[in-house]
Amino acid sequence: MSEIEFNKVRRVYNASARVTVAVDDVSLTIADKEFVAIVGPSGCGKTTCLRMAAGFDFPSSGTVQVGNRAVRGPGPDRAVVFQHFALFPWMTVSANIMLGLRNAKVPRDEAEQRVVKVLELMNLQGSENAFPHQLSGGMQQRVAIARAYVLDPEVLLMDEPFGALDAQTRVVMQEELVRLARVNPRTVLFITHAVEEAVYLADRVVVMTRGPGKIKTIIPVKPIRESEAWDRKERIEDVMTEPSFVRLRTEIWRLLREEQKAPN
Amino acid sequence: MRNRALRLSASARGGLGLLGLAGFFGIWTACSVTGLVSATFLPDPVSVIARLITLLDNPYAGYTLPEHLTASFFRYGSGLLLATGIGLPLGLLMGWFRLIDDIITPVFDGLRFIAPLAWVPFAALWFGTGLGGPVLIIFTGAFPPVLIGAYRGARLIDPQLVEAARMLGTPHHRMLTEILLPDAVPSIVSGLRVAAGLGWQSLIGAELIVVSSGVGYMMVQAQSAVSTRTVMAGIIAVGLVGSAIDFLLRLGEGAVRQRYGVLGPSK
Repeated sequence: MSEIEFNKVRRVYNASARVTVAVDDVSLTIADKEFVAIVGPSGCGKTTCLRMAAGFDFPSSGTVQVGNRAVRGPGPDRAVVFQHFALFPWMTVSANIMLGLRNAKVPRDEAEQRVVKVLELMNLQGSENAFPHQLSGGMQQRVAIARAYVLDPEVLLMDEPFGALDAQTRVVMQEELVRLARVNPRTVLFITHAVEEAVYLADRVVVMTRGPGKIKTIIPVKPIRESEAWDRKERIEDVMTEPSFVRLRTEIWRLLREEQKAPN
Repeated sequence: MRNRALRLSASARGGLGLLGLAGFFGIWTACSVTGLVSATFLPDPVSVIARLITLLDNPYAGYTLPEHLTASFFRYGSGLLLATGIGLPLGLLMGWFRLIDDIITPVFDGLRFIAPLAWVPFAALWFGTGLGGPVLIIFTGAFPPVLIGAYRGARLIDPQLVEAARMLGTPHHRMLTEILLPDAVPSIVSGLRVAAGLGWQSLIGAELIVVSSGVGYMMVQAQSAVSTRTVMAGIIAVGLVGSAIDFLLRLGEGAVRQRYGVLGPSK
């Protein structure tokens, strides 16, 4: 069981006598194998939330727990996928994917088998020996996702993973992530500013407000997705034109628009 | 940003380089052949090259030119190795640990502006004029760029790479060798290239003063004997070897940059 639990989390930054409240009063429980997306205007503290779950940052008050244990630092049980991929440029694709397994002291044979499997899963066959800079952005992000998946983590933390990709590649990656989530469900915290992406991927969408970053509303998507059978549609555009999808998307859009008008 | 209109093909640029060299030798020849400058002040190129060829297998100041060069090169290699052996790990540590940076940087900044030749008296006094003294002088020339290259490489690492490595469970003691060092390689190689050049310059300077073999020594002996052709031949040998070293390192740097996908001219 691996839930992510934010309990009255507040994160304050002190920079040269100016105090900024990045995140305030965030309480959120992400259930085991649930996919939750956080959307919000830039600077609303959504990335800070992810960084606290990852163990790169810590709350000023309140607690962040993963699997009922307080987060004390980063670790392979909580794999992170970064917006700008963060692949090691001097390592080949396989070496990048292999690093976590080597650190975990997985026996060589087993590690190699797992790499082959994840390469297949992410459609990366044939690129094993390429260096990251030789690949397109979409391919690089596949490698980063493979690097996270190969560790078989309980929790996946994705920080605007498709934000740096072009529109076409983005759609392909979104479809792949849905396929991946079906084959291999994980507890996922997904940060994005793209509303459609959030509605398409997530079981629940959390809308955050800006300055200080608080949770405005949490919108359940899963019941609607299941009753309207979005999962049976193969293509993203077929889902995105469903009236139920459009309604949800518009609702979230309105909530975000209110934020932009609201004085800080 | 260079002017777009002046962008030329590689062969055209090579041709321009040859043109420059031809111009240089042309002016040199004109000055000496017309008697504008007397042969003692400026020997003509043909006699200098003839002298260079003679020196290849006729000893001067005890050794042939290749033997002098070998002696120089041995000191040079030792000094460069020492500078790399100390400068590289120290630079990485300074880039990684703020505490070490804060302690070392003021001392380093104070010392690095002292010209290597300023150390000659102490180098000779402390380490003698055989190998130790010259090696110290090369060291003072080559050490700063090695250290700065490694330091910059470690300092400018993308913080997300460090986070990614930690997330993947890389243990603390392996972060330096497995993440920081390889990430810094392009910057280290650029530093080494500068160090190699400065080290070679410092060595020749040192040899003019302290030792009893090497190209620099040969040039000083020739100076006392008023053999300007020999001095000039020595200068050309020094320049050729220096260019060769730089050429090789440039190839190495190019290979590294390609492997890392680093684009554009070196920093």
